[in-house]
Amino acid sequence: MPLLELREVSKHYGAIQALHSVSTAIEPGEVVGMMGDNGAGKSTLVKIVAGNFPASEGEMYMDGHKLELHNPTDARRHGIEIVYQDLALCDNLTAAANVFLGREIRSGFGPFRYLDHMAMIQRSRELFAELKSETRPRDLVHRMSGGQRQAVAIARALLTEARIVLLDEPTAAISVRQVAEVLTLIRRLRDSGIAIILISHRMPDVFAVSDRIVVLRRGKKVCDKPTGESSPEEVTGLITGAIEAA
Amino acid sequence: MATTSPDAPEAQQAQGDFYESSEHRSWWAWLVSQQVFWVAVAAIAACLFMAVARPDTFLLERNLFNITRNFAFVAIVAIGMVAVIATEGIDLSVGSTVVLSAIVIGLVMQAGYPLWIGVLAALGAGLAVGLVNGTLIALAGMPPFVVTLGMLSIARSLAMVLSNNIAIYYFGPDQQLLFDFGGGANFGAVWMPIIIPNPVYVLVALLIATSLAFRWTRWGRYVFAVGGNEQAATLTGVPVRRVKISVYMFAAFCAALTGVLMTGWLGGVTLALGQGLELRVIAAAVIGGANLAGGGGTALGAVIGASLLEIIRNSLILLGINVSWQGAFVGTFIVVAAAFDQIRRARGAD
Repeated sequence: MPLLELREVSKHYGAIQALHSVSTAIEPGEVVGMMGDNGAGKSTLVKIVAGNFPASEGEMYMDGHKLELHNPTDARRHGIEIVYQDLALCDNLTAAANVFLGREIRSGFGPFRYLDHMAMIQRSRELFAELKSETRPRDLVHRMSGGQRQAVAIARALLTEARIVLLDEPTAAISVRQVAEVLTLIRRLRDSGIAIILISHRMPDVFAVSDRIVVLRRGKKVCDKPTGESSPEEVTGLITGAIEAA
Repeated sequence: MATTSPDAPEAQQAQGDFYESSEHRSWWAWLVSQQVFWVAVAAIAACLFMAVARPDTFLLERNLFNITRNFAFVAIVAIGMVAVIATEGIDLSVGSTVVLSAIVIGLVMQAGYPLWIGVLAALGAGLAVGLVNGTLIALAGMPPFVVTLGMLSIARSLAMVLSNNIAIYYFGPDQQLLFDFGGGANFGAVWMPIIIPNPVYVLVALLIATSLAFRWTRWGRYVFAVGGNEQAATLTGVPVRRVKISVYMFAAFCAALTGVLMTGWLGGVTLALGQGLELRVIAAAVIGGANLAGGGGTALGAVIGASLLEIIRNSLILLGINVSWQGAFVGTFIVVAAAFDQIRRARGAD
């Protein structure tokens, strides 16, 4: 049984059809590379799975049960974590504050609850150590490098028992050395049984870590096959429309 | 300022959690990089100067009493304004909320109700104003500037309608209680060695409560997250709309509190009460380090900013300088505060 299954998911904004009846599925420990040009519908798909907005038509199933998501918190409760393209970080807050944003650890009881800064800093430090990142929990995010910011965003996704992690362009804004780190991290997540959907423009990254490749073009799925059976040339053709479907 | 380089994370770690404080090496480097610190230095310097230049008038107990009380009114509202500004908002209606809540407590007490009912009614009126502001801004997505500019007009007009455009000087059976509350000192405790105006006690309580809330509650964290990156806050499940409504209600609550205290102090409500207050309040918040681009500011900063403004005002009067110069001084401080922020940013960028 697939971990997450999308059945004929569509999304339109008024007359604009952003997603057109997309069906796909992902197994535990599988890395799916999702590719497509700007406006192909990748971000729309991510936001539907993340619970940011509902699909216009179609359903999602998790472990065979129908999945109803009303907001990002719902999605997180089901173990769906997103690392957004712009990383969704608050520059004016510390790394630890960003990791825990929206689910702060609190102590006390009843109405007298206060933020447990030490617990959050401690846990963040553990996560950064796990990610082998130099990021320090108390540093303000606006002083961080691209790689450190990425680590903060990924640490946030690992905070709870994630089952599916969606990475939206994780390697777009970071240095080559850091790309290798992120790819290593993706493999590590996969080995621990987490399903990963990797949205990326960067062909080499996708081919390096994906088990399967899905290509979207103008809101339609035009390809869904094991990475070994495809090639960068074919995927490029599919993205641009030179190849109709595969 | 003094940033730690990423070259020695282990050394940094070894110092333990306490000294690992964000981006600064030592508490001194941290202190001098804070705008609030320099504003406090300016305020103290002004006080010292006045103590030397006009020892016979400035240091009079009565004068110090007036300064602290006057700045308390502005500072209370400025604390509320900081929360709004921290979410990248602005509230221009606080001056009108002051007069509306003052009229409400006046009318309620005039009708014979006790002080506490009058206070509750005034605070309720303030909260209602804040709720309308917050709802239009958070749910309808209207710009804070426009919504609160409208409310500036509406709330003052409501105050005029409610009072039939007549000032209130009679407050029913609890009149003396109200006057003592707003105009008295030490809440009647005669054994205190120094006289501290009641509004200052209210201010200190509000300052402590707000500072704790900013640092130690989820609400405080969310207020700054919304101002830092609203999109990120939304995506991570922060209840952005509720947070926004709450800050406008908080600002209006602070304004209503000031309305009550000012009514007691003045012994009456005139319809010009609180006119132009919003600009002094915003000035105090900005001078105290609140960032109009959102995401920054402290309650203490607002209080120190307000105190600087009042000390300057008082000094100009005592020095016999034409009061018309006051606006020029206040304006200069606002610009200097903004420049300070600009410089800090430029240094932080590299």
